[in-house]
Amino acid sequence: MPESSAGTLTAPEKPAKQKPGGTLYRGREGMWSWVLHRITGVAIFFFLLVHILDTALVRVSPEAYNAVIGTYQTPIMGLGEVALVGAIVFHALNGLRIILVDFWTWATRHQKVLFWIVIALWVVTMLAFTPRHLINVFSH
Amino acid sequence: MTTIEAPRTPVRPAPKRGVNLEKWGWIYMRVSGVVLIVLIFTHLFVNLMLGDGVKAIDFGFVGGKWADPFWQWWDVAMLWLALIHGANGMRTIVNDYTKPGTAQKLMKLALFLAAAVLIVLGTLVVFTFDPCPAGAPADLLPSFCAA
Ligand code: HEM
Repeated sequence: MPESSAGTLTAPEKPAKQKPGGTLYRGREGMWSWVLHRITGVAIFFFLLVHILDTALVRVSPEAYNAVIGTYQTPIMGLGEVALVGAIVFHALNGLRIILVDFWTWATRHQKVLFWIVIALWVVTMLAFTPRHLINVFSH
Repeated sequence: MTTIEAPRTPVRPAPKRGVNLEKWGWIYMRVSGVVLIVLIFTHLFVNLMLGDGVKAIDFGFVGGKWADPFWQWWDVAMLWLALIHGANGMRTIVNDYTKPGTAQKLMKLALFLAAAVLIVLGTLVVFTFDPCPAGAPADLLPSFCAA
């Protein structure tokens, strides 16, 4: 735990050989997982605003809904959907990591390993999703 | 000794008595997050992985799903949980990057209004939706409309 004093936080002296990034949230896995969690959270939020509005078009007419949802089925948007699903899957898995780190001391100590487990699970999920989705988008 | 600059966000101690809203917000982010994993992953699997995926989505597809109260409630739960989670997360970010004042208040008001309006709109759409609107071409409607 860093001690706090007069408006600054100080981390204890570390052995000369250790690389920077000793605290949970500065540098390395702890910081990058936070950066990615924040960026994906904001991106998903703005997509959700649009997604509720486009779905609301079912209340206008079948033609209006089909016209707008048709634009989600183009190749460009198909690639965008891969990015969107990638963002959601990362945010969800890393969200679980945050919860474990908060409530379970083992996970607090092993947050770096947990970050790489999140990345591994993300790769596996995306390998299952991406080919199938792109086949749907680029064929038919 | 490494020195890290103190955070610019002012310290706002929790109230001594009464409800600690920040604590409940913190708990809400975690509880809603766990539930959203089930709701969203199923949503993505059913709509993008099964059958022809995104290519199969049209008015008839939505009409078919919302003919079942199960999917109506599923989608409404997702709507409420995700919008409140997202808007509250955005509030944290606004607190981090802006100073207290009028601009900050306006940003939070905008977040609140966006979430409130879309929650009301989305809930009304799901529950007042007519899968077989009169006068619409039959080939655009779910198959059960013909009967
Ligand atoms: C899929 C399941 C999800 C899980 C498990 C999850 C989990 C979390 C957790 C644990 C936090 C951290 C809160 C904190 O640090 O106090 C968080 C923050 C956040 N989430 Fe989610 N979330 C999910 C879905 C979503 C969705 C659908 C949205 C958008 C509508 C979203 C937007 C955000 C935002 C904007 C933040 C704030 C990020 C920050 O403070 O850096 N999340 N999420």
